Amino acid sequence: MRLEPREHTPLWLIVTAPLAAVAVSLLLTSTLVLWAGEPVTTAYALLFKGAFGSRFALTETLARATPLILTGLAAAVAFRAKFWNIGAEGQLYCGALATTWLGTGMLEAHPAVLIPALFVAGALAGGIALLVPVFLKVRLRVDEVVTTLLLNFVILLLVNYLVEGPWKDPMSLGWPQAAPIIDEGVLPRLVERSRLHLGLVVGVVAALAVWLTLRYTVWGYEIRAVGQNPEAAAFAGIGVGATVLRVALISGGLAGMAGVTEVAGLKGYLTLDLSPGFGYAGIAVAMLAALHPLGVVLSAVFLAGIYVGADSMSRAVNIPNYIADVIVACSVLSVLVSLMLVQFKVRLR
Amino acid sequence: MSVNTSFSADARASRAGAPVLEVRGVSKRFGALLANDDISLTLYPGEVLALLGENGAGKTTLMNILFGHYQADAGSVRVDGQELAAGHTRAALDAGLGMVHQHFTLADNLTVLDNVALGSQPLLSWRSRHREARQRLLSLATEFRLAVDPERLVADLSVGERQRVEILKALFRGARILILDEPTAVLTPQESEHLFRTLRALVQRGLSVVFISHKMHEILSVSDRVAVLRRGRLVGEVDTARTDRNALAELMVGHAVTRPTVSHLEPGKPVIALEGVGVDTGDGATALHDVTLAVREREIVGIAGVAGNGQGTLARLLSGLARPSSGTLLWRGETITRYSPRHFVARGVARIPEDRHAAGIFPEMSVWENLLNEELRRAPLWRAGHIIDRRACREHARRLIEEFDIRCDSMDMAARLLSGGNMQKLLLARVLYRRPDFILANQPVRGLDEGAIAFVHERLLAAKSRGAGVLLMSEDLDEILTLCDRVIVMYHGRASRALEVAKVTARDLGLMMSGDLDHVPGAVPA
Repeated sequence: MRLEPREHTPLWLIVTAPLAAVAVSLLLTSTLVLWAGEPVTTAYALLFKGAFGSRFALTETLARATPLILTGLAAAVAFRAKFWNIGAEGQLYCGALATTWLGTGMLEAHPAVLIPALFVAGALAGGIALLVPVFLKVRLRVDEVVTTLLLNFVILLLVNYLVEGPWKDPMSLGWPQAAPIIDEGVLPRLVERSRLHLGLVVGVVAALAVWLTLRYTVWGYEIRAVGQNPEAAAFAGIGVGATVLRVALISGGLAGMAGVTEVAGLKGYLTLDLSPGFGYAGIAVAMLAALHPLGVVLSAVFLAGIYVGADSMSRAVNIPNYIADVIVACSVLSVLVSLMLVQFKVRLR
Repeated sequence: MSVNTSFSADARASRAGAPVLEVRGVSKRFGALLANDDISLTLYPGEVLALLGENGAGKTTLMNILFGHYQADAGSVRVDGQELAAGHTRAALDAGLGMVHQHFTLADNLTVLDNVALGSQPLLSWRSRHREARQRLLSLATEFRLAVDPERLVADLSVGERQRVEILKALFRGARILILDEPTAVLTPQESEHLFRTLRALVQRGLSVVFISHKMHEILSVSDRVAVLRRGRLVGEVDTARTDRNALAELMVGHAVTRPTVSHLEPGKPVIALEGVGVDTGDGATALHDVTLAVREREIVGIAGVAGNGQGTLARLLSGLARPSSGTLLWRGETITRYSPRHFVARGVARIPEDRHAAGIFPEMSVWENLLNEELRRAPLWRAGHIIDRRACREHARRLIEEFDIRCDSMDMAARLLSGGNMQKLLLARVLYRRPDFILANQPVRGLDEGAIAFVHERLLAAKSRGAGVLLMSEDLDEILTLCDRVIVMYHGRASRALEVAKVTARDLGLMMSGDLDHVPGAVPA
């Protein structure tokens, strides 16, 4: 067997390859379902029903997808420039910190003012969290994978200190959590009696904005150029350091906004378990979408559906909800393989 | 095939003894590309066989098959009449094949002796064979007059010395067939002469040499026979004594080569000038010291020199990527104060980078997007300086693709899929269409085939007659001597005065390249 690069990739292949990859991953994980002793079709039907099968399921899935869209975009835009931001989790918490700081009474204003202000503050906080890694990378060539990853733990410890100490809500009956966001700052619900909130709209608009930026603006050209060949970019007169900084601010800002949606939209207050790893899952979302901003929306909904559906399935049949992690991991791997197959032809000899 | 000089029977009959290496009907296909098409070659003891061909003619593929890096689809290789096991590098080494690569495969942090002995001794052994190895190395070095100090670190050696170590390494392992891949690319003419003497000494002792090159004059001076490859096929095999430069060039390219006509024009005012310029480099690149030179309108000035003597730093300076630490840079008599690629491009500098892949293209971006890299924020391609006008950009690209004859299936194709020649045309198109006043051409024809070379040279000459000044950096003295009006030699970050090309020879330049920058053309060195 050998691989040959393709001169042209037909459009149908680009579209169907990731779908086929997802199908393959479901096929692979079905062996685990069988191993658990449950019928595959029933299990997957339950999973699908739990994710998309009812109004409640659908709103839950979309609510879960909201932060994943934003962290997925954060990873996608950074990875396009080959800036390996693994710190979306920390930046998400920075956004959450800013929301809590501003939204628990610091600024009392009409929702039309307060809610945009929360998003701006959250985005700024997420972006600022990346300033040190960018400085270290551009000036001292320190690997950003290490700095952004380790900064996650620093930020989590800071959150831990704040919710256990100075920011601890006296009304919380001793639970380590901060004071709730004031009513004017809570994101409005999109659907009555559901947890689906305005954050989804913000996420989809952000995806559109990132897509338009990458495709139609000088910044987008520069981001792609720096990602593909920094030496050629510098030779052409593109400021490589400035572009990396710009990408970092956009990426950190998007992740920070995920913190805003979770605190002001879903939970209402800051806790240490605000995010079950949305920052890291964002990387999987971006990979599944082949770093395409609009694809990120679809893959975030897919991932959220798997998690929500697996929860629901595990309550009905004897399969632990960890199956969701296996499905997601399998999907990422098979999508990576499918992307290679999009670029190369396989020939058997 | 119109070649009738090939496979002359008497050329073979004149060889003494049984062949040491026989390649029989070797074919190798990569996808649609037939890299080697039924190639048969024979190498006799005591001869230098030159393998001539353009880039992509299949020379490297054939050598990789010999060394077991690739397996041939068909055909066989025999050494001393014994079939060589396909796909095993070890078998090739054991059979007595030795390779000297264009890019050396030495460990910088080890001594000469360790490099030579590396891999030729058992991994686990009770006693070190250091002393034996040293003895053997020294006797080989004396026998073939390849003077090296076994205890020196490879990192401290010059390029010529490193090549000697590579040859010694092959001999140490008992090689009797030595294959050299473009061995003179990094050498001065004098170092090349030394290498050729070594090769003659080797074949006099019954060894055989395969010499891969595309430089005609070297092949004519060092080889006994020439085998010419074109597009994967062996198109000719001739005795060196019975051929000449033009015949070989025609065999290699497949048609008579027309060289662009060079006419001397009256140069105008200086476009760009360096006055006592020094450049400090922090990253280990050669610094420039007190460089003074000028490029005038309607002339091509060549920069000759062994690679790594400051040409790269000079190119960075003239591209706007480095700034002088002393001295001044003048643009049409006016001091340049702002150093950035954007300012240089805006003034009218066209820059052709040394390495197309590394500094020239964004591989996954389309051809049309790659034509925009110096146009960012410029109206009318960008609206309000930020939003792309895709229609205008594609129209712009369509015009350039047509004018510069860039062959691509579509302008949406990824730039990495372009062939070397077309990639270079893309690089030329995006800087030359603006009719620049000054062109910095750094190794503009490296790795191109004859057709593309002629295209690049014609464009540079056309720019010159239009009134532009051109600075041509090249490692190929032939290119400089045929194309340039004046030539400057660089050595250790210093530049010689500019000499009229009509009054210098390759020999003069060679002496200057090895350090005698004040050499007077024609003078015999003391």
